Amino acid sequence: MVVAFIFVLSALLMLASALVAVTSRNLVRAVMALVLVLFGNAVLFILLEAYFLAVAQVIIYIGAIAILIIFALMLTRHTGQEWGPAWNRAWPWAVLMAAGLAGGLLLVMRAWPMAGRMVEEAQVPADYTRQLGVALVSPQGFVVPFEVASVLLLAALIGAIYVAWGGRKVKGPYPTRSDEE
Amino acid sequence: MVPLGWYLVVAALLFAIGAFGVLARKNAIAIFIGLEIMFNAALLNAVAFWRYLHPTQFDGTVFAIVILAVAAAEAAVGLAVFIAVYRRFGTVDADEITLLRG
Repeated sequence: MVVAFIFVLSALLMLASALVAVTSRNLVRAVMALVLVLFGNAVLFILLEAYFLAVAQVIIYIGAIAILIIFALMLTRHTGQEWGPAWNRAWPWAVLMAAGLAGGLLLVMRAWPMAGRMVEEAQVPADYTRQLGVALVSPQGFVVPFEVASVLLLAALIGAIYVAWGGRKVKGPYPTRSDEE
Repeated sequence: MVPLGWYLVVAALLFAIGAFGVLARKNAIAIFIGLEIMFNAALLNAVAFWRYLHPTQFDGTVFAIVILAVAAAEAAVGLAVFIAVYRRFGTVDADEITLLRG
């Protein structure tokens, strides 16, 4: 009962802040709404007994990615500049597509008998996080995807430094659409 | 406990909201915010399926951990690209950058 209450509360919070995040003209407000969505997701992870993932979600998403987005936002905007219109001209099609996507997913789900499933007797082991840590680095477990993810992360970070590097001479500014019109 | 379907409904609605953000937003960083919402919906689905179908196995959580790592890599590269684009074009509006248009 308590679990259902917390679930409904955080689900409503997540959906409302997700709507704010995609509709707000003020992008700083949108990022803050995104942080609320990420936090609601961490709460749902705790309800699902995925404690390690809840902590990782808070550290990686809220601690790193949200801060990165705020940094990029501050670096790509003139101070005192007005926020432009939030949406492009094709936004009614986007509403249509998103509504179709949600409707289609919900329809498929209604027809799926497993959707009403409650947790069965198989519980999460008490030392699941320890077992997960062992499985992540054991050759019989998931060491290959773990290492591939590490190499991907390293390559992405090196690539990001190279792309954002300000040392070399930059050509530009290139013409934008407003310049052409 | 709540049924599995509730988590799937929340994830489906979140995914649709994120898809709307990706399709309708002008600013590249706002598009990125929509992408992150979609990532989170997928992550929630992976964890919910793990908890309700195979709670003693590791596939679901390892999937979620790899998704987290890929999201971090994608955030680093994407935001670096936005900064480079801003330096060359003076804007990150996705509508404005039409250099590749025929």
